[in-house]
Amino acid sequence: MTTQSIATTPSAAPRRIPIDQRYLAPFLVTCVLLAGQLTFGFLESWSRTFLAISTAIAVELIAVRALYGKWPHLASAYVSGISVGMLVRSPAFWPYALCSAISITSKYALRIEGRHIWNPTNFGIVAMLMLAADAVAGLSVQWGNNLLPMVVVWVFGIVILRMVGRLNITLTYVASFLFFAWVRALVTGHPFLSEAAPITGPMYQLFIFFMITDPKTTVRPKWAQSLVTVIIAALECVFRLMQFVYAPFYALFIVGPIANLIEIAIDKKKAAKRAQQPVTP
Amino acid sequence: MNRYARLVIIVLFAGLLATPFLIRRFGGSGGAAARSPHADPIGQYGFRLTESAKASGIDFVHGGPTLDPKLAHIMPQVASMGAAVSIVDVDRDGRPDLYVTDSKEGSRNRLYHNRGDGTFEDIADRLGVADLNQPDTGVSMGAVWGDYDNDGFDDLFVYRWGRPDLFHNDGGTHFTRVTTVAGMPAWANVNTAVWFDFDRDGRLDLFMGGYYPESVNLWKLADTRMMPESFEYANNGGRKYLLKNLGNGRFEEVSERVGLASRRWALAAVAADLRGTGYPDLFIANDYGVSELFVNDRGHFREVGREAGVGYAPKSGMNASVGDVLNQGRFAIYVSNISEEGILLQGNNLWVPTGSPEEEGIPKYENLARAMGVDLGGWSFGAQFADLNNDGFLDLYLVNGYVSASRHESYWYDFSKIAGGNQLVISDARNWPAMGTRSLGGYQQKKVWISDGAGRFLDVAPMVGVTDRYDGRSVALADLSGRGALDVIVANQRGPLLLYKNEVAPGRAWIDFDLEGGCRADATNGCSNRAAIGAQVTVFWNGQQQLQEVQGGSGFCAQNQRRLHFGLGSAPAIERAVVRWPSGKVQVIPNPQPNRVHKVEEPA
Repeated sequence: MTTQSIATTPSAAPRRIPIDQRYLAPFLVTCVLLAGQLTFGFLESWSRTFLAISTAIAVELIAVRALYGKWPHLASAYVSGISVGMLVRSPAFWPYALCSAISITSKYALRIEGRHIWNPTNFGIVAMLMLAADAVAGLSVQWGNNLLPMVVVWVFGIVILRMVGRLNITLTYVASFLFFAWVRALVTGHPFLSEAAPITGPMYQLFIFFMITDPKTTVRPKWAQSLVTVIIAALECVFRLMQFVYAPFYALFIVGPIANLIEIAIDKKKAAKRAQQPVTP
Repeated sequence: MNRYARLVIIVLFAGLLATPFLIRRFGGSGGAAARSPHADPIGQYGFRLTESAKASGIDFVHGGPTLDPKLAHIMPQVASMGAAVSIVDVDRDGRPDLYVTDSKEGSRNRLYHNRGDGTFEDIADRLGVADLNQPDTGVSMGAVWGDYDNDGFDDLFVYRWGRPDLFHNDGGTHFTRVTTVAGMPAWANVNTAVWFDFDRDGRLDLFMGGYYPESVNLWKLADTRMMPESFEYANNGGRKYLLKNLGNGRFEEVSERVGLASRRWALAAVAADLRGTGYPDLFIANDYGVSELFVNDRGHFREVGREAGVGYAPKSGMNASVGDVLNQGRFAIYVSNISEEGILLQGNNLWVPTGSPEEEGIPKYENLARAMGVDLGGWSFGAQFADLNNDGFLDLYLVNGYVSASRHESYWYDFSKIAGGNQLVISDARNWPAMGTRSLGGYQQKKVWISDGAGRFLDVAPMVGVTDRYDGRSVALADLSGRGALDVIVANQRGPLLLYKNEVAPGRAWIDFDLEGGCRADATNGCSNRAAIGAQVTVFWNGQQQLQEVQGGSGFCAQNQRRLHFGLGSAPAIERAVVRWPSGKVQVIPNPQPNRVHKVEEPA
């Protein structure tokens, strides 16, 4: 879901893997796109998705060149753009370009201590759902009539996430979602399967594999990653009980930055403490 | 980091966030105008619609069925169709009558006979076409009229969730049920049917599109696994039927033999010659999936939805109607879908032909609904093209609204939850959350989009008098009082039948064509079916042209009057009208007079 997704944190990955990990996220998101589109055509249109991708790349190029005077690696912009192209549903074209542009610029406009705290695509999607509800909806369809495309995406996703050391986030989220689905079924009296149904859709594959695993906008310690993930799932449960259709996006939108801000504050405190300690010869 | 560049980025970011507001404020929402009645709609828009059902003696209120108790928790949305209206001149007195279906078990359908003085009389009981809604035979979903034996009187086909029924019109005074003799299927859950002569043999054939599988009896369910296997990719719906008219009062089911095999969930179909071959093609709008376009190669069908461009982006097709929206002598196809702000924005489709169909034999279409301002219509159902203000350009009337129950509680969240689930979840009604008294896409404002003639439509519904918020299903058009203006009849689910009388601004000319094919009961060689279904008329005037076709059903569970109505604007100079008969004969009518009905018989 973002430029700095999955593979761009070298320290998170086992060093023996010879593959340039910056290409893993684009590879996986392209698998999602192809699995969905070639098996049952889930895109609004190729042209809209292309518009989202090209806008994301163009904005990334301009922004990084202007800010840092260099050309960026485009993997992350590609992931953001393709995610927008899949997640946004609109009969119009402009929301695709606008969502991509908001996603990318949010990375450079909203920074704390040199770090952006929102997942860019999550920010873009939520912004569109809040500000342009009359023109935009989110991806809410299912994976066709068979499980094969979903299985393919899950296999690739699990392998890649394991390679980059973020599988714990995904597995924690899935377990949490199912637990809270059971809680919701108890509360609402609805069948458990109806509460669990959304996680079988492509919107969740994108959410699980790209948004909540984004290294740039998640905390570093694994225990903290898992804790934050459980909190996101819990807040999503609350939003679902309040009947928000796009509950996971809203939950991540709120919990993600708070977790990052806490980590930034802790880092600052530690840095200050280190600075106060005398240097031992 | 360049600080100035960052400042620019922040300003740009704020501007991007403000963009949706600016588009709403200054971008022109396309198709939306004011929301209150206009003081002078005739002066402003060229027409006014006045609801006058009760004043016309029409007191019909539709009732929904009560299906198997296993579906009780989602009954409002499952039992959400069946209100339908079709137009017929049942006794050939020159005035259009209305046939209206009910769907509550034990209810009676209505046949409103047009007295000619602005009032109607229900004669369905007297003619034997009223008592058609019983649990053992199913309840009505719609009806279409066609003169299958070329005796000059339109016969009645009633399709149901249940047993379809064919009635022979005995001279406009009585109907005889001929279902068994004709060879109709014993049980099918049908939501669309059209009469058309697919093989051009001079006899009307009948297409039926199944919704639920024909193995399902909705009153006696074997199990609850009868829902669509997907919200957008379902292939477990009802089969299709093509009943070839053998000419002796019998029909033969030939769908598979001629290439009409599909298990999609058909909700609407329209037949029209989209390629200029003389053979009618068939467009099917499917719920829970993509639309299908079956081109007709001399009586054999080929599904070319993807090649034509209409078979991508699955939606919830609920309407199929054709109209020459750009006055270019070619039909665009309108398909209605679902749009709910912030939840599901499928957008309706207006498939406008591009390129030349002669190139590959397959027409190419582009969806211009957004560009032309007719994409967002709520939970849309029936729609029809018609020149409502006689300005020479086709307008579009759309009804909408799915389930209007509680005004404060919505089922949308639960609906979207299940709609995204895997087939193992969605296809079993047991997994669907209870609906209770909640609404789903209810209380929606209808759309009356008038064309500006330059490719844009403007919604003027409230301004011209259309303010009802019933759950609209079927809309049909007819000039009920012979004034040269098309009135609008709307059938609402669990709501009243509405009759909007149309008053058009004076000075706007029109011309009508009442066609009669040359075939007779005992002669069908080299002639067209007597109802002239499939005949095309192109009127050339003031340097422009408009194409229309006589149809045996269109929209959603509806059929317009067979007489073709063309608005012409002010002071028209009509060069000619060209009639292309289903038999292939072409008849040119030079300089036809405006403001009158031209009765045209197919030449020998």
